[in-house]
Amino acid sequence: MMLRPRAFSLDPLWARPFSIYALSPKTISFFIQVAGRGTAVLAGLESGAALTAWGPLGNAFAVEPEKRTLILAGGVGLAPFPAYAENHPSPSRLSLVFGHRPPVAAYPFKEIAAVTQAEHFRERTPGDIETFISLLDARIRDFHDALVLACGPQPFLLSVKRLARKHKARLQISLENRMACGVGACLGCVTKMAVAGDSPEPVFANVQVCTKGPVFWADMVRLEGEEPWT
Amino acid sequence: MDLSVSFAGLTLKNPVLTASGTFGYGLEFVDYGDLRELGGIVVKGTSLYPRQGNPMPRVAETPGGMLNAIGLQNPGVEVFVRDYLPRLPWRETAVIVNIYACDAAEFGELAGILAAEEGVAALEVNISCPNVKAGGILFGQDPAMAGQVTEAVKARAGGKPVIVKLSPNVTDIASMARACEAAGADALSLINTLSGMAVDLRCRKPRLANVTGGLSGPAIKPVALRCLHQVRGAVKIPLLGMGGIVGAGDVLEFILVGAHAVQIGTANFLRPDMAFKIVRELAETCSRFCVDSWESFRGSLIL
Repeated sequence: MMLRPRAFSLDPLWARPFSIYALSPKTISFFIQVAGRGTAVLAGLESGAALTAWGPLGNAFAVEPEKRTLILAGGVGLAPFPAYAENHPSPSRLSLVFGHRPPVAAYPFKEIAAVTQAEHFRERTPGDIETFISLLDARIRDFHDALVLACGPQPFLLSVKRLARKHKARLQISLENRMACGVGACLGCVTKMAVAGDSPEPVFANVQVCTKGPVFWADMVRLEGEEPWT
Repeated sequence: MDLSVSFAGLTLKNPVLTASGTFGYGLEFVDYGDLRELGGIVVKGTSLYPRQGNPMPRVAETPGGMLNAIGLQNPGVEVFVRDYLPRLPWRETAVIVNIYACDAAEFGELAGILAAEEGVAALEVNISCPNVKAGGILFGQDPAMAGQVTEAVKARAGGKPVIVKLSPNVTDIASMARACEAAGADALSLINTLSGMAVDLRCRKPRLANVTGGLSGPAIKPVALRCLHQVRGAVKIPLLGMGGIVGAGDVLEFILVGAHAVQIGTANFLRPDMAFKIVRELAETCSRFCVDSWESFRGSLIL
């Protein structure tokens, strides 16, 4: 969904993109991390504040009820998964590994832990990243025949993608590129996606994350900072 | 009041068009409004061959505006004509194609292809995109070269109106306008984006991979109005004004300064129904400011 509170006036200019955190017949909820001016304004809105919203936009994570599914979330990347777990036909087949820096109580971890196998890892020092990547390595190895889903910061997705390739696991990732319009018009949020071409080498084209994603099979996209031969 | 407007052989049901590069091919917006309600749609900059555009990041938010360096990513004119044009309501709403090329001959070739398409109402010539290193900027900054491109397009446009889009990144926009008029342009649109730059202090990098980009949005409206005012005094051909329009009141400001029509650009990103909303609010805004005909109101700025 794109959210633009009236309080933005003309500055900040763009709406902000969020995944839906929870849905009921009367409410849509978002889990927002304050990362800059826009999210700070959103977080400070009073009840009843006017807001323009459009969506839902783009696609969603695959649901494969017959398969074990491993969810990997980094920080605010946890946001789409409580609803994913709640609506999954067999939540007992879901497992979650959640990495975070602020205390776990800042996140909706408890509610997802109530219905799935869930573990969390807090990064307190930069060195902890390596320990976390080892944990991801072990879990992806255990789940190499499962469906793996990941959402989080770009370096996290890059690590997860490398590990999934190492263990030949099927991985979907949700990209968080900056967006202006959310409807596929501005071409500001594109990512490199493999498209059918005449040559045996993969041909990559720029596709809009907002409408063609945000969820992609990891082996179909080339991430920022990824080796060109992958 | 009758909101329709005629100029350069075009008749539009209202003076509100969408600006190139901010409204895709129009089809991205069909869930948010009826394209037939718009005065016109200026589609994404189209080149002879497909272009992948610039590396990411391509957009950056700035105070009251944004920078972009998309680099004219587009599937090429053949795909536009085959896949997109037939799906647009061109019988009811003018479809204007913004064309981009790297030399006058290629501009002529593009014009020739589009001249054959019944669904194309007019051509808008992009001589001012600041993002692409080859070509673009030079045409828009040199009156003689802008004139050559205008002539090349006009010669192959088969009677379709040719609108030349002017860049504000020049010392004297009036001389650019005069050169295009003398070369046969049927109308001018202005302004394209202002060349700009933003940096990220924390990582000490430019915020666009292209380093520089085009500034648009409400931040540039005063520059757009100034350019429009100068060009209005320099040429007789009709003008399409744009730059920072976010409401029906802004539309009237541009018409007051002398525009026949306007284009909604960056505001389409504030909410996808923005252009439709501005059209809906236009009649009431005209009545609030006692505007009862475009003919009497246009250019009636009291100096």
